[in-house]
Amino acid sequence: MANRTPKILVFSTEKISDPAIDLAGLLKLHYPPIVYTVEVPCSSAVKSKWILHAFDQGFDGVFIAADGTDCSYDESCTEKTAQIISQTHALMKEQGIAPEKLKMAAICSVCAESFVKQMNGFADQLSEQ
Amino acid sequence: MEEKNKIGVYICHCGSNISDYVDVEKVREEVAKIKHVSISKTTMFACADATQNEIVQDIQENDLDAIVVASCSPKLHLDTFKNVAERAGLNPYNYVQINIREQCSWAHSDKPVQATEKAIQLVKSGIARVGYSEALIKTKISAENVVVVIGAGVSGMRSAIELADLGSYVYLIEREYFVGGRVSQWGELFTTNETGKETISRLYNKLIEYKNITLFTGAEIISNTGTVGNFDIQVKIRPRYIKPGCKVDPEKLQRVIDACPVEVPDEFNFNLTTRKAIYKNFESEFPEIPAIDPDHCTRCGECEKLCDDIDLGQKDEFVNIKAGAIIINTGYDPYEPKTGEFGYKEIENVITLPQLKRLIELNGEELIYKNKRIQNIGYIYCVGSRQKDGENKYCSRYCCTSTIYTAIVIKNKFKDIHNFHFDKSIRTYGKLELLYREASENGDIFLQFWDEDPPVVSSNGNGTVVSIKDMLSSGKEIEVDCDLVVLVTGMVPRQDNKIADILKAPIGRDKFFNEIHPKLRPVETVIDGVLISGACQGPKNISESVKSSLSAASKANSLVKKGEIELKPTIAFIDKNACVWCDECVKACPFDAIIKVQSNGKNVAEIIEAKCKGGGMCLPVCPENAINLKGYTDNEMEAMITALAD
Repeated sequence: MANRTPKILVFSTEKISDPAIDLAGLLKLHYPPIVYTVEVPCSSAVKSKWILHAFDQGFDGVFIAADGTDCSYDESCTEKTAQIISQTHALMKEQGIAPEKLKMAAICSVCAESFVKQMNGFADQLSEQ
Repeated sequence: MEEKNKIGVYICHCGSNISDYVDVEKVREEVAKIKHVSISKTTMFACADATQNEIVQDIQENDLDAIVVASCSPKLHLDTFKNVAERAGLNPYNYVQINIREQCSWAHSDKPVQATEKAIQLVKSGIARVGYSEALIKTKISAENVVVVIGAGVSGMRSAIELADLGSYVYLIEREYFVGGRVSQWGELFTTNETGKETISRLYNKLIEYKNITLFTGAEIISNTGTVGNFDIQVKIRPRYIKPGCKVDPEKLQRVIDACPVEVPDEFNFNLTTRKAIYKNFESEFPEIPAIDPDHCTRCGECEKLCDDIDLGQKDEFVNIKAGAIIINTGYDPYEPKTGEFGYKEIENVITLPQLKRLIELNGEELIYKNKRIQNIGYIYCVGSRQKDGENKYCSRYCCTSTIYTAIVIKNKFKDIHNFHFDKSIRTYGKLELLYREASENGDIFLQFWDEDPPVVSSNGNGTVVSIKDMLSSGKEIEVDCDLVVLVTGMVPRQDNKIADILKAPIGRDKFFNEIHPKLRPVETVIDGVLISGACQGPKNISESVKSSLSAASKANSLVKKGEIELKPTIAFIDKNACVWCDECVKACPFDAIIKVQSNGKNVAEIIEAKCKGGGMCLPVCPENAINLKGYTDNEMEAMITALAD
């Protein structure tokens, strides 16, 4: 691990967190280039299967940039996304993957700085492991 | 489903926005090696007409079965390239947009080598995804050709008239008892010299002629369910306590007002004066009949004794409206300085610009404030705007012009006035610069300060003094005796902004409503069918507000006028063989879009297509993994992830 830069997969949401990630770019707020984003309509749509597939393929960390209370689909989004995290954590445990490799935080549509902070912190954390 | 084997890939320079940091040619070379890529090109501007035509030609001549465009954020040009695909006869869902600008070249402009590597991976993931893409057909839902416009200020009224002309039915909902919003508070306006009241009267008289506009005053939206095309809105209308058929007799009204024992600060005059519980802000205000303020009325009944048209027994009314689209037009509040900010509320002759404007209206031939004739006026600019350390970083745009115009009006209306402007640099943009020249020619004195050295307002026993280190005269310390100090306050979002929660409309960093894109989609929000215009989306002058309200009106009308709206076909679908009907998906769906049906002798789940919004909340809860979302299937998502991990 020490010789390799960790790779992070981010599930971002079309209407809420993706605009924040775009804004980070627009403001030239830098975060590690090993962060790769895939878009989903809502953070409560991410399947555990996809997260496990990412680890299986070699990603070191997975981050869900959640809609939080800003979700335009339903207010239950936060609770449902948290449920995905806990059910995936259980599956990761079964496969011997450290639970701290999967993180979630609500990223609002203008939370560019918060996103960058999360990514820098997560990359540092993964490098130390 | 067959994988695609003739894929076209286009990598954009975006002028130099991408190619300054990402080696686009290298990206092209790498992706050209992928087996199913038949065409790979770099382009200066993928969105340019010529390039769009070239892509159409490529698709048709080479019979491409999918395309990938790697350029800016899909928020900007997703639809542009969907249209390109459609024009070429390719299903728009056989196209994938990859963002190598906001999420690559700009974000990693500090590391161009790594940015190029990331761009290669991103484009490869797009190719992997499009390989599994399916041609999708849009579903259609009915839409009411009805638009709710919230706020009957100048821009809301203008939106309503425009929509009515375009053939939509309009419900115009105003929280106050009278129409006109902020504009009715202003006197003469630049450039027409028409007063705010006259502008509002003109609009109101036009508006009431339309049969397809219904105006509610004293009304607020209290709930909203439904989505674009079919919003279900509940409106609460507070009682006015005046019978609707009332014909106002001004003398009688004055007797009733005089009889009312309640006296409260008059917000219309920014608390410079007081008003009674029964009130009308000015004679020509609309609707013509007065209102009784339920929050302050004590129900003493004095007014009822004098007038049969008063009915204190009126109750709240509730109206349900079905609408296709909603335009938020709720305007702004003026910034309220903190106590002690430039002496506000501590030194008695410190007021705000909106108060000064009301003062001009309330005064006759002489400008009097607190029984003193005013001659020297000092204006301190950018109070509550362009704050270096405060929350409001933005420029409020209208205040420089408004102050200078007010200074000119005062000089013309009253004798022996001397205007002193303490500014941070004047922003009378465009033709408004003519006003700046006129004020200068009138002899107004302009002094300028830096952020770190703002002017100081102090009281010296004889009067009020404004001290400034004037940067236009090399930091010379100047003291000006002022009879009146006017704080030029900017715009802030409405303090009471419950409507944002009810409509789930997004708020930006400046706390105003947030559009999808200030240039490309300036009046739309991320909530389909909820549009914004006027000063509720950021500081604007009247002309800018009206322009945005017209834009919102035409956008709303184009959305609902066909009577049906095409919905994204990216909705959930169920593998009925795998489904064992556990009802977990039904519990997860917030839209009641999943029902139980019989299939091959067993109970299975089925998606009601018109109800599914494609959020995907049902996907992760299915224990059998029997649900997929079109456009985000396991195949597509996992192919992308594999390509990115490579």
